[in-house]
Amino acid sequence: MAQDLPNAPRSANSVISRREGNARRPTRLLGPAAAYLTLVVLGIVVLTPFLWMISTSLQTNEGLFQIPPQLVPAAPQWHNYGDALTTVPFLNWAKNTLIICTLNVVGQVLCCTLVAYGFARLRFPGRGPLFILVLATLLLPSQILLVPQFILFSKLGWVNTFLPLTVPAFFGGGAGAFFIFLIRQYMRTVPYELDEAGRIDGANTWGILLRILLPLIKPPLAIVAVFTFTDAYNDFINPLIYLSDNGKYTLALGLSSFIGQYSSNWNWLMCAALVILLPLLLIYYFAQRLLIGGIASVGLKG
Amino acid sequence: MATISTPIARRRRRSSASVREAVEGYAAISPWLVGFIVFTGGPILFSLYMSFTYWDLTNVPRWAGVQNYLDLTSDPRFWQSLKVTLIYSVLALPLGLLAGLGLSLLLNLKLPGMNFFRTLFYIPSVIAGVAVAAIWMWTLNGQFGLLNYLLSFAGIHGPDWLGDPNFALYALVLISLWGVGGGAVIYLAGLQNIPAQLYEAAAMDGAGTLARFRSITLPLLSPTIFFLLVTGIIASFQTFTTVYILSGVNRDQPIGAPEDSTLFYLLYLYQQAFGSSKFGYAAAMAWVGALISLTLALIVFRSQSRWVYYESERGGANKRAG
Repeated sequence: MAQDLPNAPRSANSVISRREGNARRPTRLLGPAAAYLTLVVLGIVVLTPFLWMISTSLQTNEGLFQIPPQLVPAAPQWHNYGDALTTVPFLNWAKNTLIICTLNVVGQVLCCTLVAYGFARLRFPGRGPLFILVLATLLLPSQILLVPQFILFSKLGWVNTFLPLTVPAFFGGGAGAFFIFLIRQYMRTVPYELDEAGRIDGANTWGILLRILLPLIKPPLAIVAVFTFTDAYNDFINPLIYLSDNGKYTLALGLSSFIGQYSSNWNWLMCAALVILLPLLLIYYFAQRLLIGGIASVGLKG
Repeated sequence: MATISTPIARRRRRSSASVREAVEGYAAISPWLVGFIVFTGGPILFSLYMSFTYWDLTNVPRWAGVQNYLDLTSDPRFWQSLKVTLIYSVLALPLGLLAGLGLSLLLNLKLPGMNFFRTLFYIPSVIAGVAVAAIWMWTLNGQFGLLNYLLSFAGIHGPDWLGDPNFALYALVLISLWGVGGGAVIYLAGLQNIPAQLYEAAAMDGAGTLARFRSITLPLLSPTIFFLLVTGIIASFQTFTTVYILSGVNRDQPIGAPEDSTLFYLLYLYQQAFGSSKFGYAAAMAWVGALISLTLALIVFRSQSRWVYYESERGGANKRAG
């Protein structure tokens, strides 16, 4: 940032001159108009499946199979939502999902902060090679772990419990390697002098992490929390493999069984799908700046 | 690292302090270290051993030598799963990269309302999994789905997208394009990092829009394209949820239906392990799949010097993206 400062007036000028340059062009309105048109058309394409889902969720059973389809249901069947969600143990699935997601978030945030601190701030023999190992696991195709982990967890007697879905998060499992990398990179932007100052004030190694660094690394921690939550929320293959009791299902697994059981009740299925998507949309709405920024930082390091 | 204590005091305390710091360092990374050994490194080695055994998990494993790997080569469904995954990658990856790039160029325009559009196009990549698969299953329904209804206005009688072996895989490529906004956001970050001065200088030299795109935008975005390509290759070998839901579950058909036209690699692996209890065979398949996807990623990686421009290499300023 600092080295850009001498250029700042020049780039401000150049922005202005660029704007004037655009204004002089005869096509100055045609370009934006075409861009907006394309974006609006594409936006409609992106939104249509959602609108179709809402419309379907409010149809009567007969209305579903009308040709041509009723795009706006004549009499919206709001009770579909209640009917769909009480046909299956939906609340139970939601509770299971919430437990699993929360434990994953807590586990990843605790574990990755601590590990990233070790790699960012403490000197120990083997630190370089071990960090390269962390980065190497980023490229690991996860399908290779599917079968041996299943065998490990089944030998431990963890099948049909939440343990295989939650315990690894406390040990940097899943996307942990990426999160460790993310937090470490961020920690390294915090001036080391702050640690020194803390040490002079009598803080030990862990005090420095808790009282000095932790308040400063909230942005990457928020990214870790949001990503972990949505990953655990959307996860399907692990619950599919490990959970066999209907009562222990997560929302994703429950919805899949719901699809299998009520394959022609599209209105109910769309009610359930919509309710399941809603928390994700809310999280996205509140965290979009953070998420897009976080994703962008992933892209940049590429 | 710079320390502010005096050199003498530092030297005196050095050995005991550095031992202590090393212990604390290992304590800090211990969760990851334990996790790596127990949940990653150990299982990987174990799966290598497993791949040389016959094992149904109830009986003791029997040594198979390389038989599992030999069996793979003569298993038509294995080749089918490889073919499906590669066809999907060859179609979905370049299309996704191109569409994402195009979208990001639009979203990068300095026009009012762009934040709204960025938000909108990013949504499909946040929501994933079963619920999205359910939406598409219904939208692509041959008789009552919305897509075929819309196509009927153009006089096209749409197929039963997910039930017709000639269309099912292409339908999945279509679905993947819906999530292209996620890639666009990554491109966008790359675009916003390109200094405006470069474009001005080029414009002063008389470069047109296309020339500026080819000699500034593309080279400077090539690291982003590279990143998306490598992660995309690895991800296509892990495609599971959407295909699992769309292909089998609703039709009382084996997964990969219709007629194995959507039998993705991981889907077949899953079926061999958890459907047929051939855990040794599945482990062999996992190793082969991992090696193939890493080899492809490596090929892309090695090709970097030909087409990926990194700003720190000043000498490469004239390199073009290919």
